[in-house]
Amino acid sequence: MTEYQLLALLPFMLLAAASIVVILLIAFRQQHTVIQVTGFLMMCLVVGAMWYVRDTLPREILPLFVVDGLGAVYTGLIVCSVLVVGLLSFIYFEEREENPKEYYILLFLGTLGAAVLTISRHFISLFIGLELLSVSLYALIAYLRNRNNAIEAGMKYLVLAALTSAFLLFGMALVYMETGSMEFTAIAQKIVGGESAVLFILGIGIMMVAIGFKLALVPFHLWAADVYQGAPAPVTAFIATVSKIGVFAVLLRFAQAIQLHQYPIAMTVIAVIAIASMIIGNLLALQQKNIKRLLAYSSIAHFGYLLVAFLPGNKAGTEAVSFYLLTYSITILAALGIVTVLSTRQKDAEELAAYQGLFWRKPVMAAVLTIALLSLAGIPLTAGFFAKFFILTTGVQQQLWLPVIVLVLTSVVGLYYYLRIISTLFAGSLSASTNEKTLHPFFYFATYATLTVLMCLLLWLGVFPRIAVKSIQDFLLIR
Amino acid sequence: MILVWMIAILLITGILCWLIARWNPVVAKWIALLSVLADLGIISYLCWQYNITTADSWFIDYRVDWIPSFGISFHVAMDGLSLLMLLLTFFLGLLSVLCSWNEIKEKTGFYFFNLLWTLAGISGVFIAMDLFLFYFFWEVMLVPMYFLIAIWGDANRRYAAYKFFIFTQAGGLLMLLAILALYFIHAQQSGTYSFDYFSLVNTSLEPATAKWIMLGFLIAFLVKLPMVPFHNWLPDAHSEAPTAGSLILAGLLLKTGAYGIIRFVLVLFPQASADIAWGAMLFGVIGIVYGAVLAFSQTDLKRLIAYTSVSHMGFVLLGIFAFQDMALQGVVMQMLTHGISTGALFVIAGILKERLHTRDINQMGGLWTAMPAMGGVAMVFTMASLGLPMLGNFIAEFLILLGTFPVSNALTVIAAVGLVFAALYSLRMVQKVFLGPVAVNIPVKDLSARELTLMAALSISIVALGLYPQPVINMIKIVTYQ
Repeated sequence: MTEYQLLALLPFMLLAAASIVVILLIAFRQQHTVIQVTGFLMMCLVVGAMWYVRDTLPREILPLFVVDGLGAVYTGLIVCSVLVVGLLSFIYFEEREENPKEYYILLFLGTLGAAVLTISRHFISLFIGLELLSVSLYALIAYLRNRNNAIEAGMKYLVLAALTSAFLLFGMALVYMETGSMEFTAIAQKIVGGESAVLFILGIGIMMVAIGFKLALVPFHLWAADVYQGAPAPVTAFIATVSKIGVFAVLLRFAQAIQLHQYPIAMTVIAVIAIASMIIGNLLALQQKNIKRLLAYSSIAHFGYLLVAFLPGNKAGTEAVSFYLLTYSITILAALGIVTVLSTRQKDAEELAAYQGLFWRKPVMAAVLTIALLSLAGIPLTAGFFAKFFILTTGVQQQLWLPVIVLVLTSVVGLYYYLRIISTLFAGSLSASTNEKTLHPFFYFATYATLTVLMCLLLWLGVFPRIAVKSIQDFLLIR
Repeated sequence: MILVWMIAILLITGILCWLIARWNPVVAKWIALLSVLADLGIISYLCWQYNITTADSWFIDYRVDWIPSFGISFHVAMDGLSLLMLLLTFFLGLLSVLCSWNEIKEKTGFYFFNLLWTLAGISGVFIAMDLFLFYFFWEVMLVPMYFLIAIWGDANRRYAAYKFFIFTQAGGLLMLLAILALYFIHAQQSGTYSFDYFSLVNTSLEPATAKWIMLGFLIAFLVKLPMVPFHNWLPDAHSEAPTAGSLILAGLLLKTGAYGIIRFVLVLFPQASADIAWGAMLFGVIGIVYGAVLAFSQTDLKRLIAYTSVSHMGFVLLGIFAFQDMALQGVVMQMLTHGISTGALFVIAGILKERLHTRDINQMGGLWTAMPAMGGVAMVFTMASLGLPMLGNFIAEFLILLGTFPVSNALTVIAAVGLVFAALYSLRMVQKVFLGPVAVNIPVKDLSARELTLMAALSISIVALGLYPQPVINMIKIVTYQ
């Protein structure tokens, strides 16, 4: 392994080191605060390292990894999301007086898994990354084990994830049987020219089950609402951003490598999944009274939208997907951040009734949530509008009329439930709430500041998306 | 640049109002008033400066890049049509600030924020010359309007607000698809990616494609206008909104639909729109009659006025698709006069609601004795609404009917019958509210000085437009079918 290859892997090694550092800190019986701050600094280091090595990219670390622009963008996105999730976790767990220390080990391991996914170019690394992510998630979801919902959610995720892992392995085995290789590029070379064998397509299809499960696409979405609801709010944010970004990254890379877009059957299946996700996700969200479940269903719809940009399989599509994931993570982190901050010791602030008249009690938080919801709905002046616009652009360019029109119509349906939450926020004027004492003024301040920054980012991207688009384009060119 | 400033003033003062109202709501009101007044001043100045002696009908043109990689620019421009629309926007904007002076008692800052941002979005729509920017403003005006209805509206406000937002958003997204389709077809032909109105005008389209793309645009505008099958949101939104909200909805938001058809549909797709002209005119006439009949059967004052809007907007649709210059000038007149007269009627309804706490006309009656000034003003605008000569609406509807007659005698005759219906519902309204036996026992005050100023401004302008419409017609001479 050359020096440059090591350098390219530096961010990932730092990420792995973060978990070890946390383990050591726990062994020395350090405070929650110390662990939190160290974890935060380590994540900043990872981002810094990613920035530092970007000029030496792309590097292939044969046979498992390739660190290129795509990997860099998505890893950056993942680590930045974890920064926010980590910050949210502090006040959330400190309030609950559980012992939250092991939480950070799992969090960083899960992040490592997602990051490995973004750079994997081999079935083995794909599988290792996915399992690392899943296994951490089993424990993370059920972390507050005193709650009924948490255990149920954890078990549900465990059973289904294990099942889909088996599917994934079986699909890989079929592809391996047909092509004799597990590297993406080698698979691509084997099948070029040759007639697309039935077993190969079947293998890909079975693998799609696992991918669809992780992304919570219809018809593999049954876990989403329960898990979103049962998991602690920061973990919900983690599932909604980190785990999905990682899986989507590997899907993109795999599809690019084997030229998935040449197979009409595969594309038809994906189009059908996209349409079904958009319709069912939005319809199921309509009557939800629980904000975490609502966000779960809306995330199903949003990944349906994302698949529309994935369908063309061209450069513009990848850019649109990347921009969408960027804005989606900011938005969902802001929304779930508000849920986290409002949660009390006993239970999460998930009932819609708890948000009644929030705007007149806590205007800043309500403003953050409003902007986030408007962004999810894709209303101009927020980042979500441009994200949806770019997706529509790629779809119209390739004349994918059916998915595009379904996207438009279902997002009108989606508007209804976002507006419902927003009008709840503004409804009535309750008397001023009692001032709860805050345990850690600094961390509260930091969380508030972060949420405000996220809101400003959404507005800024909603008016000047140029810089973000440009840098995503530049990064994606590194390959 | 001055156009950008006009929008920026509204946006910035909107935020200022929000922030300042926490300390002092009265200051916030004055800031809102001054900012709209400043814009009205600017636009009056421009109006005075305006002349179209030069061949180029575009009076001001300002363009900077926004997202160059997609060919999106911040391009605003103004011709006579935009100028008139902006004049109407700021005039009604001023009145909407004035008429909410005492009505809004809580959350004042946020209210004026939304009011000013709605106005900013509307003025943006009237001057945007980049289709992406146009869509952007089209959506920007929705959200604050939604809040105006949903927070300060009447009992059934949330339902009305959802309905308003979802209807318009559905239309808007279809328009976005149409814009994108046009954008890519233009890019294929010319090799440059651009959303600019002046480049897209040159796109040549297959008839079948043109028809679909045009329909995308048209649906968005017809929902806003509204044409009859899509008018469902209007009575709810208008009757539940606060007075200023109804004023802006009826006076301005409906006009954005008509403006869109004149500016974009007719110019970008001349052939395709000529093909559907007959159907559109038919729906226009259906709207005239249907709106009038429904208006006649309402007991809720604001709903009644809302249905008269449906009827009057039928004239606009009829006039546009007659493809006669005279009818089109009538349409622009109708947009102005309807904005003023219906706006005034909504203000009257708002004042009555404030005093009597009801919108049901069966519980009113004989109010003339208690409030003679109000009765007089209401009479003027009822007469305007039914198309009495000497008032602006007469000129507008007369021009439209005159222009339509050579195209289709039958439709013109039915539309003219609609005017008789207009007389029926208008007189019924006056009869029920102001004449007849006294039904209200509580003492009611007549118009205050503020309200009198407001109504005087509206009355003077509607009479002025009725007596001397020539300046307006001069200004819109450039709006013709090539």
